[in-house]
Amino acid sequence: MADKQVVIIDTGCANITSVRCAFERISNNVIVSRDPQTIVNASHVVLPGVGTAGAAMEKLAQFELIELVQQLRQPVLGICLGMQLLTQASDERNVDCLGLVDAKVSPLEKRAELPLPHMGWNKLIQLTGPLFEGVDEGSYVYFVHSFAVPVGQYTLAQCDYGQAFSASIRQRNYYGVQFHPERSGQVGAQILRNFLSIESTNTQERQA
Amino acid sequence: MLAKRIIPCLDVKDGLVVKGVQFRNHEIIGDIVPLAQRYAAEGADELVFYDITASSDNRIVDKSWVERIAEQVDIPFCVAGGIKTIADAAKILEFGADKISVNSPALANPALITELTHEFGQQCIVVGVDSYFDQATGQYQVKQFTGDESKTRTTQWQTLDWIKEVQQRGAGEIVLNVMNKDGVRDGYDIEQLAMVRAVCDVPLIASGGAGKIEHFYDVFKNAKVDGALAASVFHKQIIEIDELKQTLNKQGIEIRLC
Repeated sequence: MADKQVVIIDTGCANITSVRCAFERISNNVIVSRDPQTIVNASHVVLPGVGTAGAAMEKLAQFELIELVQQLRQPVLGICLGMQLLTQASDERNVDCLGLVDAKVSPLEKRAELPLPHMGWNKLIQLTGPLFEGVDEGSYVYFVHSFAVPVGQYTLAQCDYGQAFSASIRQRNYYGVQFHPERSGQVGAQILRNFLSIESTNTQERQA
Repeated sequence: MLAKRIIPCLDVKDGLVVKGVQFRNHEIIGDIVPLAQRYAAEGADELVFYDITASSDNRIVDKSWVERIAEQVDIPFCVAGGIKTIADAAKILEFGADKISVNSPALANPALITELTHEFGQQCIVVGVDSYFDQATGQYQVKQFTGDESKTRTTQWQTLDWIKEVQQRGAGEIVLNVMNKDGVRDGYDIEQLAMVRAVCDVPLIASGGAGKIEHFYDVFKNAKVDGALAASVFHKQIIEIDELKQTLNKQGIEIRLC
C-alpha cells in the first residue's frame, strides 16, 4: 500500500485547524484541501465541521464536493457536524444531508437538570469495531452538540445524556464520530490512529 | 454521565499569563504554551484564555499564540477578549480555538451574540458575565470593561436579567465571574451561582473564589454548575489538578480521571 495520505476536506468550517493539528501529531502526511483530485487521491479522508448542517451543506454544494464525497471509496471520517452530514437528513432546519448512512439527525431532548448543548466530557459505551481498538469501555471523550443520531444498526459506540445516542456510526467506508477526537486527549489520539489503520480501499491511490 | 469540568483560566496580557487580585495589580505568571501544556498533562478538562487587555484598550491584540496552543494542546480551549465582530471570531476559531467568549462587546451590542450563534453555531459561543454584588443595595450588577479598573463601569443590567437575555440570544455557555470573589480564595459564591443556575438552561461555569479542594466540591454539589474555573490556585500550585480530581471522584462527583 502506498504511504498514507490524510486529506481534511476544507469545508470552510471553524475547527479545521484543531483537526489538522491533531492528525499532524500522529501523521506526517496531512493536507487540508478542497481540490477534487487531491481528495480523491487520499488514502483517508476527513470531513470536519462545526456550525449548522444547513450552512455546511451549502458550503459543500458551493465547492461542488457533494457528489465527490458521496463517491469516495477510501475510509472517510466525519467529525461532529461532519458525522451528521453523512446521514440522510437533519432536523436542524430540515436539511437534506449526504445520504451515506441510513440515519437521521434529531435534536437531543431537553431533560430536567441537563443543560443543552451537551457540552463536555462524557463516556463511550458499547464500543465495537476497529475504530475503538484499544479504547476502554467508559473512556471519556469531548462532546459539544445539540443534535444527535439515535442508536441504530449503524451505531459503533453509544453515549448517554439522559438518553442514549450514537457516539459513533458507520456504513460501508463512511465512519462518523459525534465527539471531537481532536480535543479528547490520549483517547482521541488513539481513535484517530485507529482510523488511519483502517486499510484504504481506494483504487486510485493504489494505482498512483 | 457528563463529567464536571475543571477549567484553569489563564489571563493573558501582552502574550504572557498574568493574574491580579479582584481584577487589579497584574503580576506575570509565565509563558502561555508551557503552562497550557502542563495543565493539559495534569488533567485539566478545558482551558480558558482571557485576553484581559483587549476590550478595555479598544483593540484586537496579536492572536497568533492561539494557533500555537492549538498545535500543542489536545483538550478544548476557549479564547476571550476583544471579540467584537463576526470577522474577529472567525479569525480566533480559524487559529484553532474551540470556543470564543464575549463579554464587554456583548453588553455594548447584545445582537452580537445572535449574529455569532447564527454564523458559528451555539456550541462555540460563550458569554462571560462579570457580576458584582453591591452590598449597599443588595443587588447583583453586571460590570463592563473589567480588564482595566479605570474604565470599568456598571451597566444597567441586573445579573439574572442579563443571564436570561444572553440565553434568549443564543449563548451556548455562560461563565459567571463573581467579581467580589476574584483572586481572594475563600470559596465560590454558592448563593449567587445557585440563583443563576436556576435560570440557566445552558452549561454554567463558576468563576471566582477557588482556594481549597472543598470549594470545588461545594460548587459542584450545591450550585450544580457544569464546570469550575480557577486561576491562582493552579498557577501557584496551591491545588494540584490530579489530587483535586481524585478527591472529587472519591466524594462522588462525576469526574474524568486521566
